[in-house]
Amino acid sequence: MSFPLLTATAVLPAVGAIATAAVPAARRTAAKWLALLVSLATLALAITVLVRFDPDGARYQLTESHAWIADFGVRYELGVDGIGVALLALTALLIPFIILAGWHDADPLETGSRRWRPTQGFFALILAVEAMVIISFEATDVFLFYIFFEAMLIPMYFLIGGFGDRAHAGSDENAAAQRSYAAVKFLLYNLVGGLIMLAAVIGLYVVAGNFSLQEIAEARANGTLDMATNTERWLFLGFFFAFAVKAPLWPLHTWLPNAMGEATAPVAVLITAVVDKVGTFAMLRFCLQLFPEASKWATPAILVLALISIVYGALLAVGQRDIKRLVAYASISHFGFIIMGIFAMTSQGQSGATLYMVNHGISTAALMLVAGFLISRRGSRLIADYGGVQKVAPVLAGTFLIGGLATLSLPGLAPFVSEFLVLVGTFARYPVIGIIATFGIVLAALYTLVLYQRTMTGPVKPEVSAMPDLRMRELVVVAPLVVLLIFLGVYPKPVTDIVNPAVKSTMSDVHKKDPKPEVEAAK
Amino acid sequence: MSAVAVHSLWTTAADPISKIDAPKIEYGQLSPTLIVVGAAIIGVLVEAFVPRKSRYYAQLFVSVVALCAAFAAVVALAADGYATTKAGIAAMGAIAVDGPALFLQGTILLAGLVGLFTFAERRLDPETHGSRVDSFAAQAASVPGSDSEKSAVKAGFTTTEVFPLLLFAIAGMLIFPAANDLLTLFVALEVFSLPLYLLCALARRKRLMSQEAAVKYFLLGAFASAFTLFGIALLYGYAGSVSYGTIARVVDGTVATVDPALADTMGNDALLLIGAAMIVMGLLFKVGAVPFHMWTPDVYQGAPTPVTGFMAAATKVAAFGALLRILYVVLPGLRWDWRPVMWAVAIVTMLGGAIVAITQTDIKRLLAYSSIAHAGFILAGVIATTPDGVSSVLFYLAAYSFVTIGAFAVVTLVRDAGGEATHLSKWAGLGRRSPLVAAVFAVFLLAFAGIPLTSGFAGKFAVFKAAAEGGAAPLVVVGVISSAIAAFFYIRVIVLMFFSEPRPEGPTVAVPSPLTMTAIAVGVAVTLVLGVAPQYFLDLANQAGVFVR
Repeated sequence: MSFPLLTATAVLPAVGAIATAAVPAARRTAAKWLALLVSLATLALAITVLVRFDPDGARYQLTESHAWIADFGVRYELGVDGIGVALLALTALLIPFIILAGWHDADPLETGSRRWRPTQGFFALILAVEAMVIISFEATDVFLFYIFFEAMLIPMYFLIGGFGDRAHAGSDENAAAQRSYAAVKFLLYNLVGGLIMLAAVIGLYVVAGNFSLQEIAEARANGTLDMATNTERWLFLGFFFAFAVKAPLWPLHTWLPNAMGEATAPVAVLITAVVDKVGTFAMLRFCLQLFPEASKWATPAILVLALISIVYGALLAVGQRDIKRLVAYASISHFGFIIMGIFAMTSQGQSGATLYMVNHGISTAALMLVAGFLISRRGSRLIADYGGVQKVAPVLAGTFLIGGLATLSLPGLAPFVSEFLVLVGTFARYPVIGIIATFGIVLAALYTLVLYQRTMTGPVKPEVSAMPDLRMRELVVVAPLVVLLIFLGVYPKPVTDIVNPAVKSTMSDVHKKDPKPEVEAAK
Repeated sequence: MSAVAVHSLWTTAADPISKIDAPKIEYGQLSPTLIVVGAAIIGVLVEAFVPRKSRYYAQLFVSVVALCAAFAAVVALAADGYATTKAGIAAMGAIAVDGPALFLQGTILLAGLVGLFTFAERRLDPETHGSRVDSFAAQAASVPGSDSEKSAVKAGFTTTEVFPLLLFAIAGMLIFPAANDLLTLFVALEVFSLPLYLLCALARRKRLMSQEAAVKYFLLGAFASAFTLFGIALLYGYAGSVSYGTIARVVDGTVATVDPALADTMGNDALLLIGAAMIVMGLLFKVGAVPFHMWTPDVYQGAPTPVTGFMAAATKVAAFGALLRILYVVLPGLRWDWRPVMWAVAIVTMLGGAIVAITQTDIKRLLAYSSIAHAGFILAGVIATTPDGVSSVLFYLAAYSFVTIGAFAVVTLVRDAGGEATHLSKWAGLGRRSPLVAAVFAVFLLAFAGIPLTSGFAGKFAVFKAAAEGGAAPLVVVGVISSAIAAFFYIRVIVLMFFSEPRPEGPTVAVPSPLTMTAIAVGVAVTLVLGVAPQYFLDLANQAGVFVR
């Protein structure tokens, strides 16, 4: 038997999480280094997966399959396609930065009991989330996916509720109340979504008799598994609901601004750049493959919701006074683009959406982490409390600008390519929706540039006049992300080469052909 | 004197009684129950003859040995094939020895053993007058607050009678799911109920509340027993027999010989329907299903916490076992009549338990309502009326009982000056003071909520799957909705423990003896093992899923 590479990518952070949690209370720094090393080792494994992955080979590669719960028809089945491998790499890439950016976020303020070890817990939880997200990207068994899709809520919940942003306007008590409100809201939204999906998962079992994605998709394709139209639609809705909460899609998005606002900046990145990607990824992998007919049936409604997300998210971002909530609404707008790309049912749209997931992860991480550094210096999340920062902290301001420009999809930076592909892909089939969505870009320019103008330019406010520029640790976090944004903006081929074959297979699952004239995707 | 000699004007001589057939008793097949009953009687003798000082150790020893031996007997019977390839009806048709019976007996015995550990815990309360005390009243008969109570406490009395009472209750529970005729069912019901009523009244602290709980439980329980008994009488009137097999044949209309009396009553559906409904009502009372759940919160709150934990786990197992047997063995022919009713009961139980739990402020009451919601989930599996339905219920019961005992064992640890600190506000910030205890309790709560990778999820998935396959898809939808509602209050406790600031006058966490630690550790281990690798136990439940008739 060959080395179970995919299992290893998930088991390593899981074991790392346990080891980190077990570090004695006094050895906080050791716990941080341990977590960082584990995340780097995971990245190395993920790169190995990337190298071993052959884009033109079989659809699912590096597969593993073991009996697990025969009674439920559940197998432990892993395998990655191009989309999965891209997101796996993104996750493994971002976690070390998240850990490094949150280096001091969980240092204990007051000494609790002797056994109270918040720092160890913080980093252990991040690694636990990484393990669960990775296995959701790898699972080709619906039940296995579901288990980790749900289970990852628990460590996320503790990360949001247990380790809040210290830069809070109100009193400590108020901050704690808002934080636990945000955590509970996050958990309840996602749990309700997950439980509705559970009903659909059970329904799928009753219809199909097993949970293997490949087997079911194959049986659907060659007609041996026939679903009644209504059954398929209900099951599709059950799955889609959970993913739409996770993604999040308007009108199920309201948990995200709370969660991202109250969490520390690295955790906010973890939510939006890593965990939420599972939602959009699952739409591509499970909704389209398992329920192709229902997906086509629901497309118009979903496109309209995605469009609302794009415009609504952008409009609300314009109106925000809180930096982190602004980024959260911008993310809602971007998730609208991703979902629109997926359900446009064109290969450009889906390639673009996958690329968008990767780029959004990197660009949001860059913007949010720099914003986090900024906020930790001044101790406030309000835009109005800043001004003229670029004079005192030019590097900080510069990286903040690049992150912002990436968010508004400036040509030459990575998100531009993906946003362009999504819009082209949508326009080819739904011109009106494509045109309206373009306004999202205009609004994006508005909210990012206004944010930059208000915080970084103008007269230097007295409170920020002594603000130090980025430190070494912070530079190490930001610089690689900026380099990646520029590199993938100029040369996205490495990612599109991996993604495109997988998108083609998905397109053939839904029996969709690209409308003429054919536009070659990102060549 | 011969028989003829008593012949007179008023009496006529009976046929001379030549010989009574001695009933044939299969001691081997009945050994689990017999061992526990025997040990309970030894326990009574220990109370009478062993000096007060050594009673605790003697009782603990007898009980542990008996429960282990009985479990070994169950395993031996199962290994002999009684759970899989063959099944027996023992004691002249009174007791069934089949898969479900053995599976549930094994579960009850293990749950009883773990429960016993929490009964025997003597390190939580501070020593009074130089002697260690457990959770039970010094002297049950002394009036609360009276001088006699004070002198009993001063003398260091402990109510070691709880051990034989526990064993009697377990013995009744062992028979209950195995009973193969209605009279045995009723006798078993009383055998396990009476000791429980008594145990509920024995709390060391808050004695009035405990006694009130016991009286409520007793009155309502007696009422339910009366219902059951009346139902038994009606069903006997209908079928002319109390034996499960015979009644089932009469219901199906496949009875071999119909004598005129039977032909007369067989047509009377009122007898059958009312009788069946009353028996099922009595059983639903015991499982705590809405609308027969009113006793649950008060009793769970008032009873000594070890008793609550044991009762919540083992009573549910035994009662669902009996309910399964009644519905699947006696009344399958009536399926089209009872299914709609049980649908309604399951729906209101799931929703009612979950919704009312939201407003609770006492941890024991909260767990009580949670147990009601869980009864609803199990009912969803019962309604499936498929072999999968049986095995999923068996699995759920096993998973649930260990979570429950573990959770209540944790409740016994969190204490302040007044004993256990059960008010939720006192649990604020527990995660800061004692991260380990809070984390363990969080695991139990997540299992109750049915989060994946815990036994709660595997169990919930099993019953919902069975229900969906059995054509009860709407029940599954109601089930997931009430799971979502229930998740809210489990999460609230977790929020309280981890995200709230600890109070300065908050409770402390007692350091328990290895007894309670074992109970909690077993609970956590079972929760995680059944959550991550449930296959072996699902197989076990599957093999055990066939009733004998």
